[in-house]
Amino acid sequence: MQKIEQLIKEKARDLLAAGQVTSVIAWQKGEMFYDNAPGYFDNTEELDALVYNAFCAANLSKYLIANTKKDEKTAVFLKPCDTYSLNQLIKDRRVQREQVLVIGIPCAGMVDINKVKAQGLKGIIGITEDGDNLTVETAYGTKQVARAEVLLNKCLACKGSAYAVSDETIGEPMAVKHAPYDRFAVVKELESLSPQERFAFWQEELSKCIRCNACRDICPACSCEQCLFDNPESPLAGKANNNSAEEQLFHIIRAYHVAGRCTDCGECSRVCPQGIRLDLLNRKFIKDINEFYGDYQAGADADTNAPLLSFDVDDVEPGAATKGRE
Amino acid sequence: MLAAQSTPDKEFEQLIVAFCCNWCSYAGADLAGTARRSYPANIKIIRVPCSCRVNPTFILRAFLRGADGVIIAGCHPGDCHYTSGNYFARRRMTLLMSMLSFLGVDKARLRVEWVSAAEGNKFAEVMTSFAETIKALGENVKLRDLRCKK
Repeated sequence: MQKIEQLIKEKARDLLAAGQVTSVIAWQKGEMFYDNAPGYFDNTEELDALVYNAFCAANLSKYLIANTKKDEKTAVFLKPCDTYSLNQLIKDRRVQREQVLVIGIPCAGMVDINKVKAQGLKGIIGITEDGDNLTVETAYGTKQVARAEVLLNKCLACKGSAYAVSDETIGEPMAVKHAPYDRFAVVKELESLSPQERFAFWQEELSKCIRCNACRDICPACSCEQCLFDNPESPLAGKANNNSAEEQLFHIIRAYHVAGRCTDCGECSRVCPQGIRLDLLNRKFIKDINEFYGDYQAGADADTNAPLLSFDVDDVEPGAATKGRE
Repeated sequence: MLAAQSTPDKEFEQLIVAFCCNWCSYAGADLAGTARRSYPANIKIIRVPCSCRVNPTFILRAFLRGADGVIIAGCHPGDCHYTSGNYFARRRMTLLMSMLSFLGVDKARLRVEWVSAAEGNKFAEVMTSFAETIKALGENVKLRDLRCKK
């Protein structure tokens, strides 16, 4: 990945120096080595802060919405999964395709620092990548960790190394290696529970919500200019002082708003400070759409109609096909 | 504010919100009236221009504010005044119903029916049977905002 970081820096420097683009969106060093943040670069001197390593999980496509309004060309470095989100934004007419220079970069799967810590490692100073392994430097010496064991949950449902949209690519495609993973396994498990158990599960899970809105802010599909949840008149705008259904409604509405447009990028559950499995709600919608209306991957292309923006005269009747125990 | 009366000494009175399409079900309700067919008074009709006008948020909001059941009545598939609105509504409601069930809410609290302007009898029957279903299910406690409860 160090090699790719070098290539990205060179590419960004060339583009900015030649004036081909006015800004570059990539990742920059965070406060800690494991919290790299999205970075906006508009001159070549800033580029030293640009990084690309196993801690660049952030999906950069959403930042293009604000940027394309400026009537300038922006270069963006996107991992294969991020290109799906960009494609979806292009399809939703939220990003002007001609104002973006998409540079695809390979990804071997991003690492979850909490999973590294959970391996019993203390005093972590730094992590270097070494093929399928990570060398973790700690205050108690160095240790090898298999990358497959510490991948972010979202990387377990990797969409592969192909780019859904790109103008150029850098480096050779890489594969994310991990054990077989069924992204709908937990959804299916929940469907097999009784309604009471399901309700208890979600009440427990969603009552952890602190309404920080991080899931909404990170979501590339949540791209409304004015969000329903920013309306102070709405009873859903803030955290209720009781365990009522308010959080559930927030999360159902949020999941519903992105239904059919959610690419399952998994950013919502990654950024949730409370560790709520928000991906389950999105995956439930994806699973339903796949089952009721045929397999559909949002963002895979920029022309097919979204499932909720199209219909078939012989679609199932509401309620007739609902999965799950009653 | 919509809130079901549910003091223990009083019998449970269900509160039902019905979203009726202006071009069919709403006229169906009229026909039920002129034909002297009665249906429960617990049903509060909200007239919408088309069943696809019903944003899923409206339904959730109705539940939040104390509705025990919500029914959407639209034109029969193929008969939409706007040619295809009810097809879109059908997909939306299918997904919403499935999600409510996934969250552990009884999906029978939400119903979608196709009732034409000529089906006054069907309108009365559907509303009566839905009111009975909701009566049997009891008060909606799972999706209600307790702040709205009187």
